[in-house]
Amino acid sequence: MSELSELYQQVILDHNKKPRNFHKLETANRTAEGYNPLCGDQLTVYLQLEDEVVTAISFEGSGCAISKAAASMMTQSVKGKSKQEAETLFEEFHGMVTGELDEEATPNHLGRLTIFSGVRDFPARVKCASLSWHTMRAALHGEEAVSTE
Amino acid sequence: MISTDNILLEPTLEEAWDVERVREDFPVLRQTVNGKPLVYLDNAASSQVPQVVIDRGARYLQEEHSNIHRGVHYLSMRATTAYEGAREKVRRFINAREAKECIFVRGATEGINLVMHGYGRKFVGAGDEVIISAMEHHANIVPWQMLCEEKGARLRVIPMNDAGELLLDEYDALLNERTKIVAVGHISNALGTINPVKEMIALAHKHGVPVLVDGAQSAPHLTVDVQDLDCDFFVLSGHKMFAPTGSGIIYGKAEWLEKMNPFQGGGDMIRSVTFEKTIYAGLPTKFEAGTPAIASQIGLGAAIDYLNSIGRERLVAYEQELLAYATEKVSAIEGVRIIGTAREKASVLSFVIDGVHPHDIGTILDQEGIAVRAGHHCAQPVMQRFKVPATARASFAFYNTKQEADVLARAIERVIEVFS
Repeated sequence: MSELSELYQQVILDHNKKPRNFHKLETANRTAEGYNPLCGDQLTVYLQLEDEVVTAISFEGSGCAISKAAASMMTQSVKGKSKQEAETLFEEFHGMVTGELDEEATPNHLGRLTIFSGVRDFPARVKCASLSWHTMRAALHGEEAVSTE
Repeated sequence: MISTDNILLEPTLEEAWDVERVREDFPVLRQTVNGKPLVYLDNAASSQVPQVVIDRGARYLQEEHSNIHRGVHYLSMRATTAYEGAREKVRRFINAREAKECIFVRGATEGINLVMHGYGRKFVGAGDEVIISAMEHHANIVPWQMLCEEKGARLRVIPMNDAGELLLDEYDALLNERTKIVAVGHISNALGTINPVKEMIALAHKHGVPVLVDGAQSAPHLTVDVQDLDCDFFVLSGHKMFAPTGSGIIYGKAEWLEKMNPFQGGGDMIRSVTFEKTIYAGLPTKFEAGTPAIASQIGLGAAIDYLNSIGRERLVAYEQELLAYATEKVSAIEGVRIIGTAREKASVLSFVIDGVHPHDIGTILDQEGIAVRAGHHCAQPVMQRFKVPATARASFAFYNTKQEADVLARAIERVIEVFS
């Protein structure tokens, strides 16, 4: 069960139970919806982008523990970042969960997001962890919907 | 006095049904997953294949392979004989009047699409109505929606109660002179409900309306007699009944199949072709354009032989006993809710756990070697009806055991532990 406890770490379970920034953002000027048709996960990411900086971010939706915790921590990590910094974080997070980035060997900005590194041992769950990140990036780019299919 | 209790005791069904002996027929079951013996409970998605079916497919490829219905040469004749032999096995399996009423397709989905194109696009017009039920698989929703959109027809839906049983009074009220077809699942893949299709067919026939029965889930778990049901169409998928993927049947009453448009155009489905006009072949080849999945369909025939050899009625009874046992074990766990509690059910156990998403359940069960389906089961309207985003579904076959149901129950307790 070691891989399992690696996946369902206490921090992830906590964000699942009490997701942060889990509400609609009235001041949002960018919104995108993300779907995972495979499992029915659905979420909306609200962004307030001012002078190329994410000044506020939130999300709503339903999904598994991994997708909810990932969304919750994504909002915490991206808030206050420039558009470019958010893009970089997306690339690094995506690289880590797909196993393309060795976060221990390569310098990165992931910080506590590395608790999601266990996801790469569960290929069926990679999309759960990355859905909110794809959705956030779609919102940054002014796209309205993204699907993990 | 000497007690005779032990002598008179009837063997339990599980003893009568030698499940360990049956399991030996399925090589895929002899493996470990994540260090645990595989517990395969995803039979409603796709069932496993016994050695005799694997051997039959291999023998075809090694000794008999050629294209069917074409050559006068030896191999083509052997391939054709084996292929048509499989059709006859299917005919007997569902008790169709004639083998030509059994059209080979790659599965139930293709069968429904064949009826939608062949019957629907010819006989359904603007203002007409198509009736389906609230518990259909997407395969029995989307083709009819496409038809209704194209023709300006209306899709009507038979509602169900909280147990997952169709409301027959409401169904009766939906039938009218505009109804052109009823398409209903025999067994719900998401809930396990066995629908009273014989009664539903009789009601539709009072209005002269033909009925398609989606038998993807029923063919492997019930004995099916299409003449007794009096259904106009019946579809089944081989890969849900111990045969390879790419095999399946659409049964149709000859009188309907004769009147219908062909489905796909191509080789084999023609009598003669000129650039001015093509004359279509008769049944069943009118609906079988192109080279089919010959090895898979021959495998379907072998799977039917296998099912007959182990005894279908005992199989049904054993699965019912397994379902009752697993339902009792799983529903006794605090925080677990069973979705689909119809009185008449097949061996499908859909459930949710308070505060745990089914996807997480699926991952944790997989770590215990247990294969279940987690998701919407291609039945999103069912999920909406029960106000859940998804369910976890354990679906049993005759090779599953009560011990496996125990393993499932313990693993569910483990899920609750992880998330507590």
